[in-house]
Amino acid sequence: MSNEMKNHFAIIIPAYNEGGRIALTISGIRKSTDADIIVVSDGSADSTAGEAKAAGALVIELPFNLGYGAALQTGFKYALKKKYEFAVQMDADGQHDPLSIQALIEPILKDEVDIVIGSRFLSEESYSAPFVRRMGMYFFGFITSVLTGRKITDPTSGFQALNKKVMEFYASRAYPVDYPDADVIIMLHRKGFRFKEVPVVMHNAAKPSMHGGIINPLYYIFKMLLSIFVTLLRKE
Amino acid sequence: MSIQQKLFALIIGAGVFLIILEMVRRRRLAEEYSFLWLATGLGIVVLVLWYDILERLTRFIGAVNPTTTLFIFGFIFLILINLHYSVKITKLTAQVKDLAQKLAIYDKEKQGE
Repeated sequence: MSNEMKNHFAIIIPAYNEGGRIALTISGIRKSTDADIIVVSDGSADSTAGEAKAAGALVIELPFNLGYGAALQTGFKYALKKKYEFAVQMDADGQHDPLSIQALIEPILKDEVDIVIGSRFLSEESYSAPFVRRMGMYFFGFITSVLTGRKITDPTSGFQALNKKVMEFYASRAYPVDYPDADVIIMLHRKGFRFKEVPVVMHNAAKPSMHGGIINPLYYIFKMLLSIFVTLLRKE
Repeated sequence: MSIQQKLFALIIGAGVFLIILEMVRRRRLAEEYSFLWLATGLGIVVLVLWYDILERLTRFIGAVNPTTTLFIFGFIFLILINLHYSVKITKLTAQVKDLAQKLAIYDKEKQGE
């Protein structure tokens, strides 16, 4: 993969108990790109790590479960150490369509922006989410749009492409590992990073991802509002 | 405040103070964590012995009984101690996370050798 170091990027996938599914996700990605695939097994109790290795991914195994954000951050720390210039973050459950990777990384490789967020709502294909979840996405999309002064349609999207500068920010203590989401977009905006949304295809996962799927919606709303509020209070 | 109440408060205050001192001496408790506990014990003792301050404090906060004042302050101290722990836990959680990440990355790199 060193033929084109300039466009060298890693795909980072945090995975928690995704045995039986992770191999399929990896082979799906393989079909559309030859980028390195880094799977961060977040203290999985099942065969996630072994299956990911067998499927050809670089696997980092956390000694215990740290949660989605911290697992993702581990991937960024590793990618930085390994001198990757760009990265794409994806979910392990196959929700994110690998065919969208190219559209996501393109503006980064061209240095148009620092981070590209994949939006399921900009694409033609319809994405059906439960009503409450949809309302939440709408609500935080609205807040994020108002605070960043631009239309954000999918602030909860975990399908992103980013360059080294953003990776460094994601690897820092400022990154909210608890549950990175709309608050991160506002932080990026306030830090002066250039970002844009592109349409991507997301499928409904057969069973909800173990990562974040069990987050209590009330806690999520509280955490997000508080995080956004204190982000605005910080002088940066 | 009756003699009985005073005696009870004194024993509690002095008891807490001495137990904490002993735990620090045996290194069962770090000095850092002992501060608020010692302050609580000492505060109770001082307020009981220096009854004048307690009465003034009672009037100041609008309480009726000096006993109430004593326990309100005891309660406030407990809350502060808890808050102190929450802050510590936050810091420890971040440190444990960083350690786990470092370890996992280190492990991965060793495998690659």
